[in-house]
Amino acid sequence: MIELRDVHKAFGSNHVLRGLNLTVTSGESMVVIGGSGSGKSVLLKNILGLIQPDQGKILIDGQDVTQLPRDAFLARFGMLFQGGALFDSLPVWQNVAFRLLRGSLKRTWDEAREIAIEKLRRVGLGPDVADRFPAELSGGMQKRVSLARAIAAGPEIIFFDEPTTGLDPIMAGVINDLIREIVTEMGATAITITHDMTSVRAIADRVAMLHNGKMRWVGPIAELDTCGDPYVTQFVSGSPDGPIETLR
Amino acid sequence: MIRALASVGAGVLALLAVVGRFAIFTGQTISHLFRPPFYPREFGVALMQIGYFSLPVVGLTALFTGGALALQIYAGGARFSAEAVVPQIVAIGMVRELGPVLVGLMIAARVTSSIAAEIATMKVTEQIDALVTLSTHPMKYLTLPRVLAATLVMPVLVGVGDVIGIFGGFLVGTERLGFNAATYLKNTADFLEPLDVISSLSKGAVFGFIAALMGCYFGMNSARGAMGVGRATKGSVVAAAVLILAANFLLTEAFFSA
Ligand SMILES: Nc1ncnc2c1ncn2[C@@H]1O[C@H](COP(=O)(O)OP(=O)(O)OP(=O)(O)O)[C@@H](O)[C@H]1O
Ligand SMILES: [Mg+2]
Repeated sequence: MIELRDVHKAFGSNHVLRGLNLTVTSGESMVVIGGSGSGKSVLLKNILGLIQPDQGKILIDGQDVTQLPRDAFLARFGMLFQGGALFDSLPVWQNVAFRLLRGSLKRTWDEAREIAIEKLRRVGLGPDVADRFPAELSGGMQKRVSLARAIAAGPEIIFFDEPTTGLDPIMAGVINDLIREIVTEMGATAITITHDMTSVRAIADRVAMLHNGKMRWVGPIAELDTCGDPYVTQFVSGSPDGPIETLR
Repeated sequence: MIRALASVGAGVLALLAVVGRFAIFTGQTISHLFRPPFYPREFGVALMQIGYFSLPVVGLTALFTGGALALQIYAGGARFSAEAVVPQIVAIGMVRELGPVLVGLMIAARVTSSIAAEIATMKVTEQIDALVTLSTHPMKYLTLPRVLAATLVMPVLVGVGDVIGIFGGFLVGTERLGFNAATYLKNTADFLEPLDVISSLSKGAVFGFIAALMGCYFGMNSARGAMGVGRATKGSVVAAAVLILAANFLLTEAFFSA
C-alpha cells in the first residue's frame, strides 16, 4: 500500500504539489490524470525518492520511505519514465535486462538475454530489435523498450508515466491490455499517468485527478462519468469551457 | 560600504559552498572504492576510452613538443656556446614538466569534456534517475569506474608521452642539429634521475584523477536542457585545466623545492 500524506513540493516559487493526499492499495491499478504541468511526474518521483518532498510523509506498507533501506526498497519498483530514459550506450536487450545483469537479481548472460527477448515480445517488439541501440529506434519503439525494462524483473509496484503517448491506436491497445494483465496476473500495484481517456478506462480500477497541487477527485472508474465534479467532467470531455482555466 | 562587504561575504560563501560540494563529491567517489557491488565491465570500457584511445593524441602532442623543445634549446644554448645540453634539457623538461602537463591538458580536452557531456546528457534525459530506480548507484556505476581508470592509466599515458617527447627531441637532434645518436641517448639516460620519473608519473595519476572527477562532477550537476549540457561541458574543461595547472605547481614545489 502506498500512502501520501500532505505532500508539498516547490521548485523555487513554483509550488507544484500543495498538500497532496493519496492512498493506493496493494494490487490496485490507480490512474492519475491532470493537466500538463500539474505535477504528475513529480508525484511519482517523490514516491521513488528521486525528488525529496518539502513537507509531508510518504508511506509504503505503513513505513516511512525515508526510513527504509534504499536498495531493498527500489528492488520492489519498476518505473517507465515519460521520456523513456533508455541508456543509449547499451543495446536494447541490455537495457531491458539491466537489473538481471548486475546486483542482487543477477542471472547468467544467456538467461538475461532470453528474458529480455520475451519481455520485448510482450510489448510487441521482435527479437531483431534486441541488438539495436536505442537511438536507432522510433519514439514509440523506445517507449515500449522502456516499458519492457520496467517490467523485466517482475516488480511488485510499477509506475507508468504516459505509457501510450506516441503509439498508434492498435499498439496503445496492446499496451493497455499488458498493463491490465500485469496487475491482474502478477498482482502488482500500479500507478499510471495518462492523458488518453481510452487508456484510463482500460487500465484503471480507480482514478485520481490532480489539480492545483492536490487530488481534486479520487474514485472508482465506474464513477468517472457520473461524479458530477465540474473539473473532472471538463477534463474527461476535453472541453475548453469549464472551471479549468485555459490561457489563450 | 556594508553592501560591498556583503557582496564580498556572499562571494566567499559561494566559493566555500563549491569547495564543500567538490569535497563531498570526492569523498563519496572514494568511499565507493571500498563498497561492493563493483562494475568491472564499466571500468574496462573506461580504461579503453581514457587510456587506449588517447594514445594517438598523446603521442602526437609529445612528439611535436619534444622536437620544438630541442630546436629552442639549441638556439638558446648557442648564444652562450652551450648547444651540447640539448639532450639533458629536453629530457628534464619533458619528464618533469611538459610531459605530465601537456598530457594532462590533452586529457582534460579529450576525456573530461566527453565524460561531462555524456553524464550531463544522461542527467537531462532522466537516465540517471532511471539508474537509481534500477537499484544502481550512479556514483558507483558512472563516476568511480571513470575516475579510477583515469587515475591508473594516466601515469602510463604520461610515461608514453615522456618517451615519445624525448624521441621527438632525439629525432630533431640527430637529423637536424647534428648530434650523434648514441651520445644523445647516453646523455639523456645518464642525466635523468629516478625522482624525475617518479614525479612525472605521480603527476600523471593526480592529473588523471582531477580530469575524470571534474567531468563527472559537472556532468552530475548539470542543469536541465541542451544549454545545461553545454555549460557543464565548458565548466568541466576549464575547472580541470586550471586545477591541473595548480596541482602541477604544488607537486613541483613538493618534489623539487628542497
Ligand atoms: N527538476 C525540476 N526542476 C524544476 N522544475 C521542475 C522539475 N521537475 C518538474 N518541474 C516543474 O514542475 C511542474 C510539474 O512538472 P511535471 O513534469 O510533474 O508535470 P506533468 O504533470 O507530468 O506534466 P505532463 O503531463 O506535461 O508530463 C512543471 O511546472 C515543471 O516545470
Ligand atoms: Mg509528466
